[in-house]
Amino acid sequence: MISAAVMRGIGTLTRTRAAFTAPLAVRCYSHAKVETDEEFDSRWVTYFSKPDLDTWELRKGMNTLIGYDLVPEPKILDSALRACRRLNDLASAIRILEAVKDKSGPHKEIYPYVIQELRPTLQELGISTPEELGIHKV
Amino acid sequence: QHTLEGNRDHTAVIHICLSIYLDRYFQTLYSSLTVVVLVHLSSDVDVIDCSVPQYNNRLDTPLPDVPFVRNLSSEQKKLKEKEKGSWTQLTKEEKLALYRLTHELSYAEMRQGSKEWMTVLGGVFIFLGFTGLLVWWQRVYVYGDVPHTLSQESVAQQTQRMIDMRVNPVHGFSNKWDYEKKQWK
Repeated sequence: MISAAVMRGIGTLTRTRAAFTAPLAVRCYSHAKVETDEEFDSRWVTYFSKPDLDTWELRKGMNTLIGYDLVPEPKILDSALRACRRLNDLASAIRILEAVKDKSGPHKEIYPYVIQELRPTLQELGISTPEELGIHKV
Repeated sequence: QHTLEGNRDHTAVIHICLSIYLDRYFQTLYSSLTVVVLVHLSSDVDVIDCSVPQYNNRLDTPLPDVPFVRNLSSEQKKLKEKEKGSWTQLTKEEKLALYRLTHELSYAEMRQGSKEWMTVLGGVFIFLGFTGLLVWWQRVYVYGDVPHTLSQESVAQQTQRMIDMRVNPVHGFSNKWDYEKKQWK
C-alpha cells in the first residue's frame, strides 16, 4: 500500500517536472517588450545629446531621470553635463552631481565610482564637484 | 486681466494688465505692458503669484523651474556673462556664487534636520505636567469622599463574608483560604 502510494507520488513528480518545461506563454505576464539596460542608457544619452536642447528639456529630462528607481550611468550623466555646458549652466551641472550622490542613498560606493568615471569630463569642462566647493556638508 | 483688491485696507495696490486696455483703445500707438505688483495688505505680507512657476527645494527635483535669484545685480550679471566662457576660468568662489544664484539650499542643507522635535516634546511634557496638576487639584478639592465600604474595617467584613459564601472555591478566592487552619494558604 505504502509503496504504491510512493510510486504514485513519484509518478506525479515526474509529470510535474515535465510541466515545468512548458512555454512561458502559459503564465500571465504582459507581452510588452522589456527595455534592456543598454537601450535605456542609450535612449537617455541621445536625449541629452540633442544639440539644440533647451533649458526646459534639460530640467525635465533630469527631473524625470532622478525620479526613476535607479542611479544613472556615468555616460548618461556625461551627456547631461555636456548639455549643461551648451546651455552655460554650471549650477545645474553641480546640482546633477549632488542629486546622483543623494540618489545612491545608503550605497556609498556608487558616488565615488561615478565621479571617478566622470573625472575626465569634469576636468575638461571645469565642473567642480560639490566636495570641492564645500557644499557636500552643511 | 486680474484685479486683486485688499478687503479692508485702502492702501492695497491693484494688479493691472495694461496690455488689454491699451490694445483695445490705442492699437498702434503703445507697446503692451504688463505690470505685476505684489498685493500689499496691512499685515505687510507678500503674496506669491501661484500662476507662474515657482522655485522649490526638493530632493526629487534637482533642477527647479526657475532660478532662486531672478533679479540679478550688475556683478551677478557680469558673473553670468563669465559663465558663458570656459568654466575652468572661474574661481571656486565664483562657482559657489553661481550655484547659490540658482539654488537656495544645497542637498546637504535640505537633508539636515532641525532640533525642533526637542521643543515639541518639551512642550508636550509641560502641558501634560500642567494637566496632571489640574487633575490632582480636582481629586483633592472637587471629588467627594470615597464610599465607607472601602474602609479597612468594611473590607475585612466583606472578605469574611466572601469566605463564608465560598466564593470561587475551585481555583479562585476561597481556594486560597485554608478552612481548617482559618488562614490564607
